[in-house]
Amino acid sequence: MGMNHDMIGHVYPPSKPYLVTSENISAFVKALGDTNPAYAEGTVAPPTFPIVVTMNAMDAAFHDPALQLDYARLVHSDQKFEYLRPIRVGDELTVSASVEEIKPLGTNEIATFKTDVFSGDELVVTGWSKIVVRGPEA
Amino acid sequence: MTLKISDVSVGMELPALDLAFTRADLVAYANASGDQNPIHQDEEFAKSVGLPDVIAHGMLTMGRAIQVVTNWVSDPTAVIDYSVRMTRPVVVPNTAEGSVVSFTGKVAQINDDGTVQIDLGAVFGETKVLGLAKATVRLAQ
Repeated sequence: MGMNHDMIGHVYPPSKPYLVTSENISAFVKALGDTNPAYAEGTVAPPTFPIVVTMNAMDAAFHDPALQLDYARLVHSDQKFEYLRPIRVGDELTVSASVEEIKPLGTNEIATFKTDVFSGDELVVTGWSKIVVRGPEA
Repeated sequence: MTLKISDVSVGMELPALDLAFTRADLVAYANASGDQNPIHQDEEFAKSVGLPDVIAHGMLTMGRAIQVVTNWVSDPTAVIDYSVRMTRPVVVPNTAEGSVVSFTGKVAQINDDGTVQIDLGAVFGETKVLGLAKATVRLAQ
């Protein structure tokens, strides 16, 4: 059983607001092992920080029964971000996730989720996550 | 010193970066990112699903690869897009040294709008762990 192609184009309701704190930024920077002095004050977030909110929003979609996605067979294969501006301390982020594409790839299926990240009404980053759902073993 | 577009030419190599991935790093990244999938922390679980050992979060590898670019430009907010394919996992044994991944970058293209495309590489041993990895930065004129 594959994913439900009727879900292509489906837009999920916005995620709950996530307040960006300097503690959250600093913990993320430290975990990356990034010593760039630009992050020393914890005011600006590194380029991959948006995954903290986009992954949560997608997780909700992954578990949507209507999508019929086999979560145990899911692998995150590609990630892209386009930045309108950097994420900064004090931003209150919400994510609008949508199903952009579902298509077969051999015995697997691939799906692309688009995640628009807003701070208030302002679009700040768009992310795209491609996942592979492995088909049944032959 | 601010890097300017006039300092850059196609084919220029960015300073490379070797970074170790340890089990402690994976725990810190799991906590900071919220991705607590046990394949990144629990050796027994990882092996039970057919992996050779615990593997690093692909997003941790992505987050480290871009440091080649952000260190080079100094200002991380110069990055206007960034994309990768996570081709192979970084396997992380339970040792003090962990696994070392070599990150590289090269100027691939200078665009008419004054932005610069960097192609990135990430190699663990002989294995390319990221593919199609590229970022675009906006530099001072």
